[in-house]
Amino acid sequence: MQSDLGTGKAGAARADRAPGGAPERAQAPDARIMDIGYRAYGGERLGRSYARRSLFEHSLRGAYGLGRSARSKVLPFLFFAIVATPALVMVAVSVTVGIDELPIDYARYAVWMQPVIGLFLALAAPHMVSLDLRFRTVPLYFSRPIERLDYVAAKLTALTTALIIFTGAPVLILYIGALLAKMPFGEQTRGLAEGLAMTVVFAALHAAIALLVASFTPRRGFGVAAVIAVLTVPYFAATAVQFVAYDQGNDDLAMALGLFSPGTLIDGLQGLLFTDETDFPGNLAPDGAIAAAYPLVIVGLTALCCALLLRRYRKAGI
Amino acid sequence: MSSTSTSPAPAPVPPAPARAPRGPAVYHPTVGRLTLRALLGRRRALILMALPALLLLISVLIRTQTGADDRAAAEILGGFALAAMVPLIGVVAGTGAIGPEIDDGSVVYLLSKPVKRHVIITTKLLVAVGVTMLFTALPTLVAGVILGGNSQRIAVAYAAAAAVASIAYSAVFLLMGTVSRNAVVLGLVYALVWEALFGSLVPGARALSIQQWGLSIAERIAAPGAGIESEVGLAAGIILLTVATVGATWYAGRRLRALTLAGEA
Repeated sequence: MQSDLGTGKAGAARADRAPGGAPERAQAPDARIMDIGYRAYGGERLGRSYARRSLFEHSLRGAYGLGRSARSKVLPFLFFAIVATPALVMVAVSVTVGIDELPIDYARYAVWMQPVIGLFLALAAPHMVSLDLRFRTVPLYFSRPIERLDYVAAKLTALTTALIIFTGAPVLILYIGALLAKMPFGEQTRGLAEGLAMTVVFAALHAAIALLVASFTPRRGFGVAAVIAVLTVPYFAATAVQFVAYDQGNDDLAMALGLFSPGTLIDGLQGLLFTDETDFPGNLAPDGAIAAAYPLVIVGLTALCCALLLRRYRKAGI
Repeated sequence: MSSTSTSPAPAPVPPAPARAPRGPAVYHPTVGRLTLRALLGRRRALILMALPALLLLISVLIRTQTGADDRAAAEILGGFALAAMVPLIGVVAGTGAIGPEIDDGSVVYLLSKPVKRHVIITTKLLVAVGVTMLFTALPTLVAGVILGGNSQRIAVAYAAAAAVASIAYSAVFLLMGTVSRNAVVLGLVYALVWEALFGSLVPGARALSIQQWGLSIAERIAAPGAGIESEVGLAAGIILLTVATVGATWYAGRRLRALTLAGEA
């Protein structure tokens, strides 16, 4: 505004003088650089933690296809329906028939639904990191006040939260249904706590692995296949060899083999902590020295994947 | 499709070639060569190589630790080779034969050539089948021989099942590659959710799985005591395999003929 007025006056002055004589170079003192109103940002600087939170929120919504096209919402919600339907059916049956125990332990639900959870993860993890690599937006993120740690932490917590919601919701459905069916409150609440604890461990381990794998490829399709392969191939291999060991009466070896895949690790952990039952051959749960290795390997593997993920983004260029 | 219009030609212009020279009816060598290069190039080959390598490693370890054992052979071949390795390699090879081309739009250059689209599909199918068989049936046979020395014909039985399943998987996943951009995910949904999860919950779902159809052939080849069981009989298995393969190939050809190339975001 102010600068407009200024130019207006100057123009008027010049017009006055024009008829008198030819415009002279003598007007040079009037020449000046106009202030056309460029302004510095005067608002509040929201800072690093705000940027980190925005990135977290954006990634979390993206995992379920919110804020993306309708097509991208189909698969996440389809998987969510698949993972929740058995819980709903169990609840419906329990309420109508009136049995006094749920057909499945809370802590085992995530293990049982692993294939579907793995697919959701394979869809969500590459979407979180591969597109940034493909369109080279990573350097743009790092030109903001966030650091490498913020980026990795935001993506990792977003994927973990998405997984906790994904696997925790059916567990909650089971719990609500159990209370509706008038099952004992204390026992069910205890089961719910166990189930949610397993959900968190499951989510943290799987998110770290999947994000690490996905962060190495800018191509989404390849990322999906790679995440699935990393999750399922060790699982099938470990389980098949476990059966061989079990058949030969070598239970200790069978338990130790469970340490070699994320799926069997989680299954073993819930067996030794809560339910005393697993999908291992003979439904055995790990015990003794091997049992102690399960939590250690889970924590170690998660930490290792996080560290490698941080290392991956050391070079900001790609 | 046909470029031969039947308008009455005026003067005796040089006799226009009645038709473009007929290309091969099933297999087009150039298309095949390009597909093969796309499949085995880049990092895809890594997944393809890793799985058989893991199978052979496990087999060698078990053999050296415990000696030849038919039950171990049946468990490893049935539980790992046929249940995990064949579908995964089938997904990678089947969708990889056509999916990326449609995805990045370079399929236009292929479609603009005077090659019938059914020929393109059958060529890609043959290549995908060949790759899948090479990376599944052969390692299965070798692993079976390592594990149990092919006693009770277990190794041959599972290798045959893997070979037959390779054909059907390739055809079905090739079809998915032409139908959807999310072909890899859809293929994995079928392999993991349908065959593994629903198969273990709903017995009926098992009868509709390529793995079981393949097993019906293994059941017939192996000795009766080998413990290979399938949900479907031999005749039903063969019929279903044929129907699935032929149907999927035919429909994939149709899809390719009607392919719209409008770019979508």
